Amino acid sequence: MTTIPQTTHASRTAGIPSILKTAVINALVALVLFSLMVGIRTEAGSDGQLTYWTRFGELASLVAVVFGGSIVIELLRQWIGPSGAERLVPPAVHTGMAFVGRFLAPALLIFALLVPVIFYNQRYILDLAILVLTYVMLGWGLNVVVGLAGLLDLGYVAFYAVGAYSYALLATNFGWSFWVCLPLAGILAAFWGMLLGFPVLRLRGDYLAIVTLAFGEIIRLVIINWQELTGGPNGVSGIPRPTLLGIPLDNSDDGLAAKLGIEYSPTHRIVFLFYLILAMALLTNWVTIRLRRLPIGRAWEALREDEVACRALGINTTSTKLTAFATGAMFGGFAGAFFATRQGFISPESFTFQESALVLAIVVLGGMGSQLGVALAALTMIGGFELFRGLETYRMLVFGMAMVLIMIWRPRGLIGHRAPTVFLTKAKAISSDLVKEGHG
Amino acid sequence: MDYFAQQLINGLVLGSIYGLIAIGYTMVYGIVGMINFAHGDIFMIGGFIALITFLILISLGLTAIPVILLVVLLVSMAITALYGWTIERIAYRPLRHSFRLAPMLSAIGMSFVLTNYSQVAQGARVKPIPPFITGGYTLHESPDGFVIQLSNIQIMVVVTTIVLLAIFTWLVSRTRLGRDMRACEQDQTMAALLGVNVDRTISMTFVIGAALAAVAGLMYLLYYGLVDFFMGFVAGIKAFTAAVLGGIGSLPGAMLGGLAIGLIETFWSAYFSVEYKDVAAFSILIVVLIFMPTGLLGRPEVEKV
Amino acid sequence: MSGESILKVDKLTMRFGGIVAVHELSFAAERRKITALIGPNGAGKTTVFNCITGFYKPSGGTIRLTHDDGRQIALERLNDFRIAKQAKVARTFQNIRLFPGMTALENLMVAQHNALMRASGFTFLGLIGVPTYRSAEASAIALATEWLRRVNLLDRADDAAGNLAYGDQRRLEIARAMCTEPALLCLDEPAAGLNARESAALSELLLSIRNELGTSILLIEHDMSVVMEISDHIVVMDHGMKIAQGSPREVRDDPKVIAAYLGTDEEEAIAVMESGS
Repeated sequence: MTTIPQTTHASRTAGIPSILKTAVINALVALVLFSLMVGIRTEAGSDGQLTYWTRFGELASLVAVVFGGSIVIELLRQWIGPSGAERLVPPAVHTGMAFVGRFLAPALLIFALLVPVIFYNQRYILDLAILVLTYVMLGWGLNVVVGLAGLLDLGYVAFYAVGAYSYALLATNFGWSFWVCLPLAGILAAFWGMLLGFPVLRLRGDYLAIVTLAFGEIIRLVIINWQELTGGPNGVSGIPRPTLLGIPLDNSDDGLAAKLGIEYSPTHRIVFLFYLILAMALLTNWVTIRLRRLPIGRAWEALREDEVACRALGINTTSTKLTAFATGAMFGGFAGAFFATRQGFISPESFTFQESALVLAIVVLGGMGSQLGVALAALTMIGGFELFRGLETYRMLVFGMAMVLIMIWRPRGLIGHRAPTVFLTKAKAISSDLVKEGHG
Repeated sequence: MDYFAQQLINGLVLGSIYGLIAIGYTMVYGIVGMINFAHGDIFMIGGFIALITFLILISLGLTAIPVILLVVLLVSMAITALYGWTIERIAYRPLRHSFRLAPMLSAIGMSFVLTNYSQVAQGARVKPIPPFITGGYTLHESPDGFVIQLSNIQIMVVVTTIVLLAIFTWLVSRTRLGRDMRACEQDQTMAALLGVNVDRTISMTFVIGAALAAVAGLMYLLYYGLVDFFMGFVAGIKAFTAAVLGGIGSLPGAMLGGLAIGLIETFWSAYFSVEYKDVAAFSILIVVLIFMPTGLLGRPEVEKV
Repeated sequence: MSGESILKVDKLTMRFGGIVAVHELSFAAERRKITALIGPNGAGKTTVFNCITGFYKPSGGTIRLTHDDGRQIALERLNDFRIAKQAKVARTFQNIRLFPGMTALENLMVAQHNALMRASGFTFLGLIGVPTYRSAEASAIALATEWLRRVNLLDRADDAAGNLAYGDQRRLEIARAMCTEPALLCLDEPAAGLNARESAALSELLLSIRNELGTSILLIEHDMSVVMEISDHIVVMDHGMKIAQGSPREVRDDPKVIAAYLGTDEEEAIAVMESGS
């Protein structure tokens, strides 16, 4: 895309009257927008008859907020200069960030390892940490597809679902253990990835996006409707908890606590789950980092940069895309199996498009292709999401707004550079302005 | 045969609604090259505004149905169009020249915002309205008692769709705005250099798309007699599927795709299973794209080397 | 010449809908020689290239590639990546297609994808880090380094390809094509946009590729100074057909070529042709 100078902020140096004018216009727009949706509240009565009542107070305060907000934003815009939110961050901070970046990853890792020690008695934090790590793993998995290979996958949750249901059904129907099912869940998810990928990977760009979205919906709808197998909307319950090499982590006589001769505590299982997902996520990360340095990983990135050039170099683009798709799907499947064993209960509600969008948002916010960025983004998004737990109904509203604002603030994500996979003398970070996004 | 004919009518009506929404997707895609994920929610907002306007007009004591319908149509089109305009201004314009995924995620975020805004503002419960337009015609009655019916509301949906399409086609092919839109679609930089106000043209695209979605919302409300805050997601995905099926960027394609999805869904429900109707629609999308990678009417992509 | 030719194009025809871009074109490229394909804009040169390198499937005719060991490959039957992989035909593009977000070195590593894939045991052995893969990677880096040195980009090895100057990008693209160790190198306007000094360096590079490595080269070029200086054989196209061929001297003096190149304005045509002598 070409850059056309933006004209929207030409009135930068305007005075107070123009600020007020903008604010009045914005307030008027808000008034019209909210007039019916907020000013009037409808509700279906018990007899099915619709009634309504007015809420002009709320309407007035919303319009006032927009008016005040516009003035504040306009003033800020004048003080800071041209729109570029980028400029809020001076270059010195950027270099500082790069410096911190080098120590951030190891620091985060050490912190992650110590979380169960520090927060041993805070079940809530441990649960949240497990949730964050699950999304870190999902983000790293999708990063292979979107960030490295540049293929837009809007139905990633399908593979998460395949993994979760694979484990849940194999464990509840045949009594197979978690450790047998975990690789199977990954393999099955990868298989489904190939199955979907094979016919559709020659589609480009947004066609691929809609097909993956459609696939995600198909999987979810089949799970809902194939009641004999999946239990339909009721889901699968009683999914076995994982064991430590066959030793259950429960209160029984051959449980881990009894064998070690220590007092049983339900926290043991939580801590175990925490380290399990940490190990799985780190394995994903390790494999991805290694893959990037192998020819297949370089081919993925080359594919993102220029598919035609790849073909001219003799790279089989179909199989390269397929392996990216399958690898990403496999990690999604592993994460799904973990999700099933952690929850003990799964239902189609956990595998909606919102999940796919959330994971995609984590990858893009992270800075496509950056492993550290994805981890930070998962921490920010899931953590931030939790902060609004109290405001149940406003939660998704705030989440959506945050997504819009974050994209406007940093369209290329938190980590704005790419690390080369091989170097002769010195590894120099490549600015993400040069890095392509892929067409697929 | 009678059963088939009845389903054909039902499918065409549903398809008309999908087609109206799909046009909004395809127009925005054609000009800005982004999937406006929030478009399905615009349709939902349109339905809500139509519902609220109905309520107010009736409580004011209006009884003339044609007048009510006209006022509701105009109000919901106007306010929903303003929603379209505002969303473009806030969430998409700052990202116009950014990377491809940024506006898409911004759109997904906007879709969450609209869904939950409407849930917060109007509550989560389904909002039914009493049937406004009743009656219809019996087209054919077979000896075994099966009747093919064409209700007035069905006629209204199809006629409104055809009229809107005619106006819309005229707008795109004959007016200055239409020419500007087509110019921006080809090359924004060049269009800007030749004096086309690109910002305004893109804004107008969102406005028109949202207005058409509002009409679809009104039709949906009249046809099904209810709205709820979540209906935008499913309808949006279906309409988007229709736009892609028809060949995204192609306006006749969007309508054709809408009709195709409407028919597939109706026939599948009628002859196979209701539960799997969406699976059928999505599967056919995948199959069509495998054999026609740019949809039914999309321009085949010539690979430039 | 027939026995020595590496590439034989016979009655190649390419139609796009009703338009005939290339009509029954026949020519041959000799082994270890530089063959130039020239002609006015729109003559169909790039279409011929795209047919040879598998981006288009020809409407008719045959394209035979004969390897050193006598193995013959029908290029018109292979598609896209197989031409580069199996037939060992490498190409560059008119509008440079590097991987801009990857370093110069990475670009050259990607070019060695197929060899490295085998060495990495299709990723599985590479993942666990077997020594054979490590040595294969080391020699791939060595080959890439050697090519960076040849195209004078050794000090830019770790810079993003998208950050290189235009002329450097052109040379890097040639180096990348050479890293696939091709039997036939196809260059689409390698001198486009280069200044006189860079053009001269390019000529030198291409001659060294021919002389030292014995790689056969087929090139499309508008810069007559480059074409006349380095070509062993020239094929002239116009309107999708061959109108002349021969040595640079023969072609330069051919009145048909002069007429085709600049319509009827012979004086100007002669000026262009002579600028290359």
